[in-house]
Amino acid sequence: MSDSLQKKIQEICQSSNNDRARMMDIVQSVQKEFGCVSSEAMNLIAKATKSHHVEVESVVSFYSFLSKEQKGKTVIRLCNDTVDRMKGCQEVAKALSSELGVKFGETTSDGKITLEYTPCIGMCDQAPAALINDVVAPNLTAEKVKEIVKNLKKGVDPSKLSLGKGDGNNTDSLIGAAVRNNVLKVGDVIFADNDSGKGLENALALKPEEVIDMIKVAKLRGRGGAGFPTGLKWQFTRSARGEQKFVICNADEGEPGTFKDRVLLTEKFDLLFEGMTIAGYAIGASTGIIYVRGEYAYLLKFLKSKLKERYDQRLLGKNIKGKSGFNFDIRIQMGSGAYICGEESALISSCEGLRGDPKTRPPFPAQRGYLASPTSVNNVETICSVTRILEKGSDWFLSIGSTNSSGTKILSISGYCKRPGVYEYPFGISITDLLNDVGAEDAKAVLVGGPSGQFIGKNEFSRIICYNDLGTGGSIVIFGPKCDLLKAVDEYMEFFVEESCGYCTPCRAGNILLKKKLEEILEGNGESADLDYLQSLGEGIKKTSRCGLGQTSPNPILTTLKNFKPLYEALMKPQEKGMQPTFDIRAALGDAEKAQMRKSVLYKN
Amino acid sequence: MSEKTVIIKIDGIEIKAKAGQTIMQAADEAGVYIPRLCYLKDLTPHGSCRVCTVKVNGRYQTACTEPAVDGMEVENKTQELEGLRRDIIDMLFVEGNHFCMFCEKSGNCDLQAEAYRLGICAPKFPYLFPDRDIDGTHPDIFIDRNRCILCGRCVNASRDVDGKTVFEFVGRGSEKKVAVNADAKLGDTNMALTDKAADVCPVGAIIKKRIGFAIPVGKRTYDQKPIGSEIESKS
Ligand code: SF4
Ligand code: SF4
Ligand code: FES
Repeated sequence: MSDSLQKKIQEICQSSNNDRARMMDIVQSVQKEFGCVSSEAMNLIAKATKSHHVEVESVVSFYSFLSKEQKGKTVIRLCNDTVDRMKGCQEVAKALSSELGVKFGETTSDGKITLEYTPCIGMCDQAPAALINDVVAPNLTAEKVKEIVKNLKKGVDPSKLSLGKGDGNNTDSLIGAAVRNNVLKVGDVIFADNDSGKGLENALALKPEEVIDMIKVAKLRGRGGAGFPTGLKWQFTRSARGEQKFVICNADEGEPGTFKDRVLLTEKFDLLFEGMTIAGYAIGASTGIIYVRGEYAYLLKFLKSKLKERYDQRLLGKNIKGKSGFNFDIRIQMGSGAYICGEESALISSCEGLRGDPKTRPPFPAQRGYLASPTSVNNVETICSVTRILEKGSDWFLSIGSTNSSGTKILSISGYCKRPGVYEYPFGISITDLLNDVGAEDAKAVLVGGPSGQFIGKNEFSRIICYNDLGTGGSIVIFGPKCDLLKAVDEYMEFFVEESCGYCTPCRAGNILLKKKLEEILEGNGESADLDYLQSLGEGIKKTSRCGLGQTSPNPILTTLKNFKPLYEALMKPQEKGMQPTFDIRAALGDAEKAQMRKSVLYKN
Repeated sequence: MSEKTVIIKIDGIEIKAKAGQTIMQAADEAGVYIPRLCYLKDLTPHGSCRVCTVKVNGRYQTACTEPAVDGMEVENKTQELEGLRRDIIDMLFVEGNHFCMFCEKSGNCDLQAEAYRLGICAPKFPYLFPDRDIDGTHPDIFIDRNRCILCGRCVNASRDVDGKTVFEFVGRGSEKKVAVNADAKLGDTNMALTDKAADVCPVGAIIKKRIGFAIPVGKRTYDQKPIGSEIESKS
């Protein structure tokens, strides 16, 4: 065992107080330092944190940014989400691969650079994009890639690459990213100017129960997609038994096609921090955690410095704003590349330093969440709305939006359109209006809510975004007249197969079976009974899966079967006399013949 | 725990449950069998196989994890639910490599027994032919991951009952598998033949060496009576 490894790992564990619940932070640091978390390192971590080797391995093996095998000092992760593919990520991939002389999944022979694919990194409005370690490289072209690789090979640090110019706080020296905000529509609630600090001030003048009442009267509902009434969630958490309570902000937007939280974290962090503080006061929690997806690590230093400013201004910490007894701290927990961690109970597991498995419910987080204490998990946008409600009142909020859907909804719009970006609309906007705004009047299909949402066609473009009609977490992907919709469906199924946590049978195995059948159909080997097979298997997976991932993963297939059935039917071959015309006996016998090392006696041709 | 009783209905029949019990526990005591694979009495319910899916007031829930609440209406033995369960069991067969006729767990295997009980003759899904490890390094215990259904019984038993954490899951999605607490193999762990974890595997994935065919096929537990009979005989 090398002494330096031992010493460094002890140091890393020590800086997290050898706390097993901080396992994510520990393994992330080790990965960063050594390019992997080796088995030897796992033993050392286990010893320092009083856990077991296999438990450390369990965590490391769960997250795609962590690895037991050695990776290069620089890891290039090219996003190959459907939108990136629309925008030409294949050419970029080819260029990367040939410039580096390695395939995806491999490391250069000098061991310095690793090339990988990654699903949606939250940059669909500036696709194709890649992460070079923590650095975001948006709007890539084959040309740019050549330049980048040349510099990396020369030993230029990823943060020193010239990747273009960002806007807003992206130009802050603590971010320095080429990312653009692309806020193309400013609504009344989140992006409008606000009177910073007023919300918290108003909240502290009320009793905690009164704050919760205000949220209830404003009819604020969760913006993450599920739409649970926020006030009720807070009330449950407040009234649950437990000495300590927690507020967790879910900033793990992983749904392909969503990137609004990226912008909120960059520009509206104050609204967010203030909202969390209000939540802490209302619920009776003294700790808040923001779980930020690993893809947004480029924002970490900046966010930390902004948190520090709030501590200096006594907006966080002890006796906030002079209110004695009201203490509230916020820490940031980085994720490490796992879509499932956007699911609230998986997110809690991850915060606890465990693999991101969703938890068994009941008990719900409001009763028994983070470290078994009552916990309220709220989406970034939801919490930002809270601050504004406390600032301007419930009636003001109620006056915006549509019936049963008060306030605004921020949409991340990308794909086939002239103006991809972030749009804040009052609830009630129709798809048609939205398509006009973004310059996609001739769209063929819109994926509302990302792959876990629904594909809708032209005949449904008059539907509106709100909780009673098209509910959504905010991902809107637009498909143009020439696009191959079923290919996109196949890509999304691949995404779910990759991202299933694997805990439960229908999601782990069922999605693979769905995808296999779809592939068969796409290859022209389908028959009409296959559509019933897809339908019933898909419905079964939804009914029996344990969490939201499996309960929605068949949606790309099921909603295209519903709204675009002719696309499937066009691929079907008719049955001839009850025979399956697409059955290829030669191919079916292939494996067996190989094993036997001779041709079949019965089927020669 | 209060001794308050609640009344729930399963397929229209009223049964009594103690407050705090799950639907599965209440049903077991009342002699109503709900098919299951990952659940084992005395271990923390894992809720992963999803075979025990029932409909509770119209919503799908797993009976092994869902608390019994007064007035609950539970559907268990319906055509729809049995169909869903058959599909799940089918998935487990095609997702692993199950050679029932040569497996020494045959006749004592919960997966096989549930398949028989639910009337599965041959799988309807295509085989996925995974490539999985076997581990024979321990003097007394053998792991064949080809049969593992990821039920978590060994993980929970080793951690909660034996206090050893010999097993834990690694990987995710279809890569998920049971790993052991060592750099590589079971032989390097402190697993003992007397551990609860050596006893709980519902299939032929963790088996004790040298006892495989002590009881011949045909005379084994589920060769005599279908799985669930011991519970149903109580009613
Ligand atoms: S539905 Fe999928 S993601 Fe959710 S618990 Fe089951 S396997 Fe994991
Ligand atoms: S080895 Fe056996 S007990 Fe352990 S998870 Fe697999 S099937 Fe379950
Ligand atoms: S027995 Fe309930 S989920 Fe497995």
